[in-house]
Amino acid sequence: MSWETAGELAADVTARRRGASEIIEAALGRIERGNPRLNAFTAVTAERARAKAAAVDAALAAGKPVGKLAGVPFAVKNLIDIAGLPTLAGSRINREHPPAAADGTLVARLEAADAVLVGALNMGEYAYDFTGENCHDGPSRNPHDTARMTGGSSGGSGGAVAGGLVPIALGSDTNGSIRVPSSFCGVFGLKPTYGRLSRAGSFPFVSSLDHLGPLARGSGDLALAYDAMQGPDPHDPVCADRPAEPVTALLGRGIAGLRIAKAAGYFRDGASAEALSALDTVAAAVGATREIDIPEAARARAAAYVITTSEGAALHLDRLRERPGDFDPDVRDRLIAGALVPGVAVVQAQKFRRWYRDAVLRLFDEVDAILAPATPCVAPLIGQKVFELYGKEMPLRPNIGIYTQPISLIGLPVVAVPLPTALGLPIAVQIIAAPWREDLALRIAYHLEEMGVARAPLPLGAE
Amino acid sequence: MSDTEDLDAFIATGSRLLGIEIRPEWRDAIRLHLAISLGHARTVAEFPLPEGDPAPVFSA
Repeated sequence: MSWETAGELAADVTARRRGASEIIEAALGRIERGNPRLNAFTAVTAERARAKAAAVDAALAAGKPVGKLAGVPFAVKNLIDIAGLPTLAGSRINREHPPAAADGTLVARLEAADAVLVGALNMGEYAYDFTGENCHDGPSRNPHDTARMTGGSSGGSGGAVAGGLVPIALGSDTNGSIRVPSSFCGVFGLKPTYGRLSRAGSFPFVSSLDHLGPLARGSGDLALAYDAMQGPDPHDPVCADRPAEPVTALLGRGIAGLRIAKAAGYFRDGASAEALSALDTVAAAVGATREIDIPEAARARAAAYVITTSEGAALHLDRLRERPGDFDPDVRDRLIAGALVPGVAVVQAQKFRRWYRDAVLRLFDEVDAILAPATPCVAPLIGQKVFELYGKEMPLRPNIGIYTQPISLIGLPVVAVPLPTALGLPIAVQIIAAPWREDLALRIAYHLEEMGVARAPLPLGAE
Repeated sequence: MSDTEDLDAFIATGSRLLGIEIRPEWRDAIRLHLAISLGHARTVAEFPLPEGDPAPVFSA
């Protein structure tokens, strides 16, 4: 277990207080010891990591400049390409794919900043999952209680960061797959604006909703990784043609003058006492006395659900026809159902999406950020199929993302900030900003950390 | 017909036309998820939308 930040590690390497090779050997040792318990990694790229770390050390020894993430170990959800490995996307079927010829864009950009890739991370099959469970690789396990879910689909990303195996991991978020594991595992997660970070060299799920982003144990590390990954990419047609807008230097500006509101209505209905307490704690800490209704949020969640199941099914239709028995059953059954959803429903959902986007963007004339729960509850038990929601028993898997889906539907940037709860399990709050204003959400997150309100709790029993 | 029978008939016909072979033991879960999705589709359809083009590719 290491709780050092990426910023601290990079500073030590750059100042030659420690070698990158020493840091990477320590990280590889932690993974070897910790992964049997957490099941976060599906591949460890030890040889590659040692070579990269040696190159960083050699550059420093030769007096050459190094990047801002020099010697920082990181790992990526296994739907992101790693040269030489098949891109599993959590599936059995993709294991037969040829190895990726090149790294995904975000891996290449982090390594260009001299971070060091140490492996690929477990995930729910084809990212259609909020649990972190996977019948092929076994479930990712929550470092705070290994009998509990990490959340998903970026389950290994949440577990690896919360378990102290790496300070930074990359995940993907279509409907909440960065924010849900951030909540259940108690780490910080950034889902940037749709189109901000390149998805080139990643296996898609729902292209019109897919985002990639970092998870870390603090907002400073989120910002460091995010800054290293920004910028246009002709290989992802969705990636915006706008220059990088670095945020790291802005984090300490505080929140004076920012208009922050708390989401009401839909975003309180169904929330557990822990989710409401975390939301109210964060709201009080930033002086968010105003409550705001995000209009038609329930319908937005419904639209996200319909688009996701149909677009996901379209992506996998040939595989469903040819190899249905090779899917994770929990994923296959949802995708087959999605294939049967009438096209008129999807078109209507897309039309609603346009209306909803316009309605929500008008809110940002009045506020700079909106606070909402990330998940309705703390991490459920692995294998749990139902939970209590709205006072009745509901299927778990389709309903964990009730508070994240209305936000990603229109691509708003969100930072999930974790808080400890009296249950001994963490839970996160979403800080939602207007498109392209990741800087504001990260500033608020940083302020909450400085106040001691938001923090990645050390797992119980951690050394 | 009951809702269950309607859904089962729809699943059987739709999956056959799509070329997806469904094993009997998968049917209950597929029915559950299809019912949830159709419920969400109804929720969306009930909203009185102004006329306009859909947004198949979204730009924030």
